[in-house]
Amino acid sequence: MSKRKGIFVSCNEAALCCDKSQYKEASLAEKIRLNIHLIFCKACRLYSSRNSRLTWLLKHIETEELSEDDKRIMKQNLEKQMSD
Amino acid sequence: MPTNVIDPNTWIDKYSNYLFNYTIGRVNNREIAQDLVQETFFAGLKSMKNFKGEASERTWLVAILKRKIIDHYRKSNSKKGKAEVRMQQIGDTETEGDWLEEKVADPFELNAESEIENKELGKAIYQCLDKLPEKHADIFRLKTIQGFDTEAICNEYNITASNLWVIIHRARTAMASCLENNWFK
Repeated sequence: MSKRKGIFVSCNEAALCCDKSQYKEASLAEKIRLNIHLIFCKACRLYSSRNSRLTWLLKHIETEELSEDDKRIMKQNLEKQMSD
Repeated sequence: MPTNVIDPNTWIDKYSNYLFNYTIGRVNNREIAQDLVQETFFAGLKSMKNFKGEASERTWLVAILKRKIIDHYRKSNSKKGKAEVRMQQIGDTETEGDWLEEKVADPFELNAESEIENKELGKAIYQCLDKLPEKHADIFRLKTIQGFDTEAICNEYNITASNLWVIIHRARTAMASCLENNWFK
C-alpha cells in the first residue's frame, strides 16, 4: 500500500477502513481518512453505523462455541471409540 | 458409488460447533448439549456403514442428532413426576416470610428478558451465518466471534490480508442485511 494517499479516499477504501476499525486494526491515518470521508458521504455513514451495530450485536451474544479443551476431549473420546 | 465420503477424523473440527449450536437452541443447557453432540458422533461412527453418500456428512449427522434430542426429551419426561412433588412443597411453606415481599419480582428478573433476547439473537446470528458460503462463514466466525488474529487466519487459509478483508466485508454486509429486519431497529 502506498504511503502517499490523499485525505480523500474512495468509498471502497473507506469501507475497508471501517471494517478494520471494527476490529481495532485501523491505523491512525486510516481512521482519520475514514472520518473525513464520513463527513461528506451519506452512504458510508449508513454503512458505518450498521457496521458498528453489527459489532455491538455480536459482542452481546453468549459465545456458544465449544472451547478448544472441550473439543480435544471429544476428539479423544471419539478416537477411543474408533480404536475399539 | 457414493458421492459423499465420510471421515470421522475431521468431524469434530468441522461440525462440532455447528451441531453444538443446533443442540443448544433446543435443549438450553451447555452440558447436555455437549453430551448429545458426543453421543451423535459415537452413533455416527457405529452406523457409518449405513451412510449411503446421498446426503452430505453434516445433514446425516444432524439427522442422528435430532433423534438424540428426541430421546433426551423422552428420558427427561419420565422424570416429570419428581418436579411436581417439589412444586407442591413450595406451596406448603406458608410459614416463612412476608408473602407480598416474596411475590414482588426481584431485580434479577430484569435480566431475564435480556437473557432470552440474547439467546434469540445468538440463534439469529447463527442462522444468518449458515446462509453465508462456508468459507466466508468460517473466516468471519474465527475473526469476529473467536477473535483470532488476521495473520493467523491468513496463514490457515492461505490467503492475503486484503483477501481476508474482502471476505470479511462481504460477510459483514450479508450478516447486516440478514439481521436487519429483527435486530437493526
